Amino acid sequence: MQSRLPILVFAFVMAAIPFVPGMPPFWIVLLDNIGLSALVAMGLVLLTGVGGLTSFGQAAFVGFGAYTTALLTTAYGLSPWLTLPLSLVVSGLLAVLLGLVTVRLSGHYLPLGTLAWGLGLFYLFSKLEVLGRNDGISAIPPLSIGSFRMLSPGSIYFAIWVAVILSALLTMNLLDSRTGRAIRALRRGHVAAEAFGVHTPRAKLLVFIHAAVLAGLSGWLYAHLQRAVNPTPFGAQAGIEYLFIAVVGGAGYVWGGVLGAAIVVVLKEVLQSYLPLILPGSGQVETIVFGIMLVALLQLAPGGVWPWLMSFLPERSGGRKPDTSLKLEQRPRASGEASILLQVEKARKQFGGVVAVNNVSFDVQAREIVALIGPNGAGKSTTFNLITGVLSATSGSISVLGRKVDRAPPQEIVKLGISRTFQHVKLVPDMTVLENVAIGAHLRGHSGPVAAMLRLDRADEAKLLAEAARQIERVGLTDQMHQLAGSLSLGQQRIVEIARALCVDPLLLLLDEPAAGLRHMEKQQLAKLLRDLRDGGMSVLLVEHDMGFVMNLADRIVVLDFGTKIAEGTPATIKTNPEVIKAYLGVAA
Amino acid sequence: MNTTIMLFLLQDGITNGAIYALLGLALVLVFAVTRVILIPQGEFVTYGALTYASLASGQMPGTAKLALAMGIAACAFDLFVARKALHGRLILRSVLANIVLPAAVLALTIYFAAQKPPVAVCIALSLVIVAMIGLYLYRVAFQPLAHTSVLVLLIASVGTHLALQGLGLLFFGAEGQRGPAVLSGAFTAGSLRFTGQSLTVYGITIAFIVGLWLFFGLTLYGKALRATAVNRLGARLAGIRTTLSGQIAFLLASVIGALSGIMIVPITTLYYDSGFLIGLKGFVAAIIGGLVSYPLTAVAALFVGTVEAFSSFYASNYKEVIVFMLLIPVLLLRSLAAPAVEEEKD
Repeated sequence: MQSRLPILVFAFVMAAIPFVPGMPPFWIVLLDNIGLSALVAMGLVLLTGVGGLTSFGQAAFVGFGAYTTALLTTAYGLSPWLTLPLSLVVSGLLAVLLGLVTVRLSGHYLPLGTLAWGLGLFYLFSKLEVLGRNDGISAIPPLSIGSFRMLSPGSIYFAIWVAVILSALLTMNLLDSRTGRAIRALRRGHVAAEAFGVHTPRAKLLVFIHAAVLAGLSGWLYAHLQRAVNPTPFGAQAGIEYLFIAVVGGAGYVWGGVLGAAIVVVLKEVLQSYLPLILPGSGQVETIVFGIMLVALLQLAPGGVWPWLMSFLPERSGGRKPDTSLKLEQRPRASGEASILLQVEKARKQFGGVVAVNNVSFDVQAREIVALIGPNGAGKSTTFNLITGVLSATSGSISVLGRKVDRAPPQEIVKLGISRTFQHVKLVPDMTVLENVAIGAHLRGHSGPVAAMLRLDRADEAKLLAEAARQIERVGLTDQMHQLAGSLSLGQQRIVEIARALCVDPLLLLLDEPAAGLRHMEKQQLAKLLRDLRDGGMSVLLVEHDMGFVMNLADRIVVLDFGTKIAEGTPATIKTNPEVIKAYLGVAA
Repeated sequence: MNTTIMLFLLQDGITNGAIYALLGLALVLVFAVTRVILIPQGEFVTYGALTYASLASGQMPGTAKLALAMGIAACAFDLFVARKALHGRLILRSVLANIVLPAAVLALTIYFAAQKPPVAVCIALSLVIVAMIGLYLYRVAFQPLAHTSVLVLLIASVGTHLALQGLGLLFFGAEGQRGPAVLSGAFTAGSLRFTGQSLTVYGITIAFIVGLWLFFGLTLYGKALRATAVNRLGARLAGIRTTLSGQIAFLLASVIGALSGIMIVPITTLYYDSGFLIGLKGFVAAIIGGLVSYPLTAVAALFVGTVEAFSSFYASNYKEVIVFMLLIPVLLLRSLAAPAVEEEKD
């Protein structure tokens, strides 16, 4: 989607720099270091800024990359080119091991966990005999192509920046894909993503591995640049430094990682070389000033420098409208005759002593709109969560098309053709409407992360986006397709959620208060849309408080009060039911 | 295994563990109230310890000057934020708390440092100095960032850690220092020898845990802090000044840090950068305790201290590896047991 021109220009400029006459060799060394840090920071951008997983342990992966090649090239005489894949594999495998343990941690355990194993591994590097303890390993052979040996910082410069630019391209490709959308949804919590079939632990593990492999690559390059390794650059301090490179640059942006690396590396260098001239004395002054400047920078631009710079550029015009003639495979549907789609039998949910849903039974037939109503706290949303597998019932059973799905996770439920919206809108605000809606079609695409990085997923991707665009058109938001979801009004966001749910190609649509926040005309349009969907063969189960809306739309109504079903029937019978009136108004009117 | 050695190691472990428990408690407290993962906690430890040791040996500690400098900065921040609604009382209060107080303490420190003051005076001065540094640190570094994400706060925390550690080297030099025992004397029970210092450590740790428990359970400020920890916005709507909660949390953390340092420095030599590792072990305990539970953190800290003591006896080379790797099985257990909770971030 993004224009490739700025990247080409950047690559050209970087390639030209060493040939500028009079370029001080020292600047090239700085650029080498920036490139090495940028690789690690880029992984952190994906992991922390995009995926929301904070890691302090990246320096350990750099260490694994560096030590792997150091050991294999010195002790076993392997060629550095042979150890490149090995370094990446070692970092990747370690990421799988550590990731399996740490990625499932929620919230604050994760960064602390990574800090802990980062430290542990650092001490391991400095204590293991085979890795040369604190002295490390020296006399590592340089990279060479034929007889050209990359001995100087100026020659390995190209290897480093080719790696940086390629990694940036691959990472950006990954983010702009089916898998990328799943990753970008991670930070906003997992319930919404899982409701559309995203296996969130797997997605987290994936970004974890991606970041570790980039760190391993940086380590491999580092080892052949320095031609020696020792434990110091892989300690906790370094792990923390990589993280603040990403944060200073702008943790959500791939190029923010590169910019952050440039800022931090140059700042440190400037402080180291010029500060002693101003403030003679102890060599620690630069650490002090560096720390203070870091805090000051965060206070001035808490979002990072890259987005701050980008805000000066003219706003880019919206993206292209996908070609809606491309079609995805449709789910086979039972023809015409009435059949029970969803059957809830004596479902019960207890939270400690509170019975939120008390032995509720009802069903939804094919081609039917059923409304679930009741006063606040009646257990409507909990019932939705039981049906969609977000919560598991204490007792009772729920079946879809005659199949019991009691313990099935949300990802399995959505495969059966049940999709939903949420009472509290769960969109990714910094993704466009189109991208948000495309998450709904997650299970209908098949391309994996590797295909995405190499852009082999374009045919698949075009179909997904076409489906998303079609559903956006159906709900009448075509004009907002390329706007950020967070910029829409709450009512429109609810409609976006409906489009996302429609992308599943569902048999049954579960809508949690879809009309809340809509204006009168919009409500009428929504009612028409739902009727059309029913006539097209879909069933709808909705929770709604707007009685006018419900009574005109629903074929059947189920009334809950304090978790118990008190009535069920057509709108006409519900309107006159004394139990229902009592529940809503307190006394029999 | 020899019983005497085992008992000795156990005792050593419990003494260390008690310190880790205190630090773990402070970390939990600060995190819960301000969402800051307090990496400079280790600097509070070294500052407390080395200020105490310097004073006791008749040297002038640089931290007293730092407190005044940070106080001036804090006052400047106060006045800048309130620049559109300045009035006499606000200026007076800010100047009193941020400039007059540290200036007075600096004067006292200069006066006492020249004449090798008694232990009690050294302790009191060190505690006050570090407490002020903690308070002003919150005002200058973290209060302006209070609305940002945990990640940004964390990076700011790293920045302050670097700056404070560098200042530590500037003030105290690269040489390690030891301080006089808070309580000298010792007695033996069976084959075990209890020094007055280790008894002090136990006593103060227990007193602090009970004190914190009472503070949070019974006092209005304690309840306000808990309310801020649970829901920042809700606490503000209920009229609790969240900046005040943050200041109290930092104040408590710096006092706890300094006190821990003062208790360790008679037992082990401390360097300007020793605090980081000590603080991290408090961290490990806090994580095992889940960053929420005080009693669990205390128990975990004793466990960490004991494991450290035993591993330093049997595999001293791998002491740190073992302590930090201890977390992995704990995290594994936690992740297996943790319910899937929806988190809304940002």
